[in-house]
Amino acid sequence: MPVFDIAPIDCDLHPALPGCQALLPYLEPHWREVVTGRGVEDLDLALYPRGAPLTARPDWRPQQGLAGGRLEALREQALEPFGTGIAICNLLFGAPALHNVDMAAALCRAANDWMAREWLDREPRLRAGILVPVEDPGLAVEEIERRAPDRRFVQVLLFGAGETLLGRRVNWPIYEAAQRHGLPIAIHAGSAARHAPTANGWPTYLIEDHVTFAQTFQSQLLSLIGEGVFTKFPRLRVVLLESGFGWVPNFLWRGTKMWRAMRKEIPWVDRSPAEIFREHVRISIQPGDAPADPAEMEALLEMIGCDDLLLFATDYPHWRFDGVAALPPGLPARLHLRVLRENALAIYPRLRETV
Amino acid sequence: MSASTLANSIAPDRDRLRVIDCDIHPAPRSMAELDRWLPERWRQYRREYGIRLRQPFATGHPYPKATPALSRYDSWPPNGGPPGSDLDFMRRQHLDLYDIEFGMLQPLAARGMDERNPGFAEAVSRAVNEWTREEWTSREPRLKAAIAVPGEDAAASVREIERWVGQKDFVQISMVTRALEPLGRQRYWPIYEAAEHYGLPLGLHSLGTSGHPVTGGGWPSFYFEEHQAVAMSLAAMCASFILEGVVERFPRLRIVVIEGGFGWVPALGWRMDGAWKSLKSEVLHLRRKPSEYLRSNFWFTTQPVEEPEQPEHLRTLIDWIGWDRLLFATDYPHWDSDDPRYAFKCRMSDAERRAIFAENARAVYALA
Repeated sequence: MPVFDIAPIDCDLHPALPGCQALLPYLEPHWREVVTGRGVEDLDLALYPRGAPLTARPDWRPQQGLAGGRLEALREQALEPFGTGIAICNLLFGAPALHNVDMAAALCRAANDWMAREWLDREPRLRAGILVPVEDPGLAVEEIERRAPDRRFVQVLLFGAGETLLGRRVNWPIYEAAQRHGLPIAIHAGSAARHAPTANGWPTYLIEDHVTFAQTFQSQLLSLIGEGVFTKFPRLRVVLLESGFGWVPNFLWRGTKMWRAMRKEIPWVDRSPAEIFREHVRISIQPGDAPADPAEMEALLEMIGCDDLLLFATDYPHWRFDGVAALPPGLPARLHLRVLRENALAIYPRLRETV
Repeated sequence: MSASTLANSIAPDRDRLRVIDCDIHPAPRSMAELDRWLPERWRQYRREYGIRLRQPFATGHPYPKATPALSRYDSWPPNGGPPGSDLDFMRRQHLDLYDIEFGMLQPLAARGMDERNPGFAEAVSRAVNEWTREEWTSREPRLKAAIAVPGEDAAASVREIERWVGQKDFVQISMVTRALEPLGRQRYWPIYEAAEHYGLPLGLHSLGTSGHPVTGGGWPSFYFEEHQAVAMSLAAMCASFILEGVVERFPRLRIVVIEGGFGWVPALGWRMDGAWKSLKSEVLHLRRKPSEYLRSNFWFTTQPVEEPEQPEHLRTLIDWIGWDRLLFATDYPHWDSDDPRYAFKCRMSDAERRAIFAENARAVYALA
């Protein structure tokens, strides 16, 4: 018996790629030789060590193999309990972090093809993000063009920390292509480790990497806003995955205050960051990083002032909640329909085509 | 804040609210002003090489600020020198005008800990402390100093702390917040041990050139971004102090976080607690929920004050942080300094106002 009376849209779940070996059938001969001959291994993102409790919920961790590694398990654990109608798969595969952009591009191509064949072809409820070699925007655009005709790919998937802040103009061809194809840009937690995770250097613990990624997400938004990406690409939408949303009020207040003070520096930003944020940015609900108390949650949402913001997500198989309590505690009932379904339909043009 | 409780003293003296300003920036007229307290070897070094940081320019900032010397246009002393360099003018323009009871000095021009040459770092820290006492606190009893330490050398830092312990002018220890490593790392713990032992708070003003980009995603283009990223780096700093176990190990340590605002504090607590649920096996040294340490060992200066779209949200925000946690600060003479009369755009009870504008600071700094 599903927990909701409508079929939700799960905007963030993670099928597991069992290493580059699994991509061999999808690689061109040269890159197949590279992967085998040079021993290119799993390329899992360091933010998610396979054994870490956060990486897989205890009851979603199989006896053998990877959590999220089997379609049957994903159906049984992530889709059926929630009655999910559509689920967007975001592959946490670190190929875009490789320094060799040709290798990164080859592995992204193979990973996207693997996703289409092994998951999307076998389960009609699934959709996916296009993984791109972001460090070479030209190659990234090539991959968007190659994959965009497949309407089951509904967004461009980027990780939250790479060589340059995402708003930098060198990255704009990616946004031009994304806007043209009606693909939101999804930014997921994950780092190419080009820089320390914090302005203060490298912390000791993984938990600090996770905690401080909230700041990196905000820096990416400031970059996109400050550089004028949303002025140049007014139909572009950005979805933050695993960012939490407790920080949003302060982001809006501080961003607007600094914009008032420094408009002379960024005159192309013709609206307040708060206004731009509410129109262009969406956030998945897991993790929420918000107060559990309903009155406090209501106050937080009032500060955020954007009922369109939140998108349902289980973050399967990461351990963010237990049982079927996927909605943050305290989320008011008046928002359930929006969060479970309507907000996603509004932000993802390609999801509207099939419902 | 109504003008009647601040600028004017209509009320009887015993009821009058006098402001404790937890962030004032005094500046030397030039670095040569520090020469008096530098050994000859380092005087020569200063003349020849100067302060060397982890940034592209010998002088000047890779993110040009909003204004010259990042200061209010009206804060340049009429008799010359940069903003914050003239005590008499500071008295007139700031201390007297706002009836400041105490002002916490944070000299930024000479940032010993940020200097790349360890020997010079130690000498500059010492000289800044001597300069602060001689030129400022000994001449103006309302002003209180922070012990600047060459923090990358913990042993030298402890020596510097012990040199000033017991001198009532010095009420806290200052370190840069963007150091060579996150401040929670164990190389800095001897400083915290001394701070706790001597009952001196850490006054950590956003500052430093760590050498790492100011965001986890690289260098931004604009001051619009950098200014906010520096505030975010203070959230990362608090996470470091908590998650690396500093406040667990030194439970009486008081940490004052300066010039980052405070709107981010609740969200940091929520996110730490959320991550801790599934990652606590990594940080077994923590015996409490991370947010509880945030609530017990940290204070936050208010500037630049948060400006919610609905003023009442400011009250909710402070409810979440705790009315006992905020310390008013102006950041005089900087361009974005807060005016105590107008900074808080929400209603406050008299008790709340007194807590934020004076009593919380009096308690943290044990001011008589």
